[in-house]
Amino acid sequence: MNITIDKKQSDQGVVVKVAGEIDAFTAPQLREELAALADGNSKTIIVDLKDVTYLDSTGLGVFVGLFKQMKNNGGELRLTNLSDRLKRLFEITGLSHVMQMKG
Amino acid sequence: MGDVMDYIEMKIPAKPEYVGVMRLTLSGIASRMGFTYEEIEDMKIALSEAITNAVQHAYAMDEGGEVIVGFGIYEDKLEMAVADSGKSFNFMQKKQELGPYTECSTVEQLSEGGLGLYLIETLMDEVRVLNHSGVTVFMAKYLSGEREIHDTTISNQEKK
Repeated sequence: MNITIDKKQSDQGVVVKVAGEIDAFTAPQLREELAALADGNSKTIIVDLKDVTYLDSTGLGVFVGLFKQMKNNGGELRLTNLSDRLKRLFEITGLSHVMQMKG
Repeated sequence: MGDVMDYIEMKIPAKPEYVGVMRLTLSGIASRMGFTYEEIEDMKIALSEAITNAVQHAYAMDEGGEVIVGFGIYEDKLEMAVADSGKSFNFMQKKQELGPYTECSTVEQLSEGGLGLYLIETLMDEVRVLNHSGVTVFMAKYLSGEREIHDTTISNQEKK
């Protein structure tokens, strides 16, 4: 029940690939790593959620925080490769209206 | 609407690392009962949210403590109870402050916490909160009646 976080530079921005379960235990680690990227020079952060097997409000909170931080800095946050489960979670919380996500 | 058939109770330290352990336990119990994958995933979120609330509350109060999680297994439903370590937190008041984000939410209005209680209510069939010296959250999910256990398909289960 840990997560792995892989960061790679691409021509579109930094791609952050997260794998595992994002919950109250793992969310702080994710928050820290993403905040460090946002504080740096990353204009675009793309978070690949393909291998995220569990997500709840603590994880959603991390993405909301990062979304705000990026937006305030004139940057952009994109979420990609969401499973149907994850999509549903963003939909019922209304976040899919607010944030940019693909697939 | 039978009596509880079996009851399982676990006591965990009020620490985030044990939330996932309870999800595993829930998975086992719920799949044993014949819940679908989607239903189990929904319940995993609801249970985690309730435990996370209790854990974070204990943490904010700067005292450790324990969280008690009970699983009441009925013929037609699974009821889960999460009791925090006896320190009160105002669930009802908190609940009123919360809800989904809307299309007109501005970036500034997006709160980073507080979706948890909303999710519990959305994902479970019944939610009750008991405010005593601490808080106990009861939540139940009914078997949909679509799955097959044993040789018979249970259907027409009364909802609520």
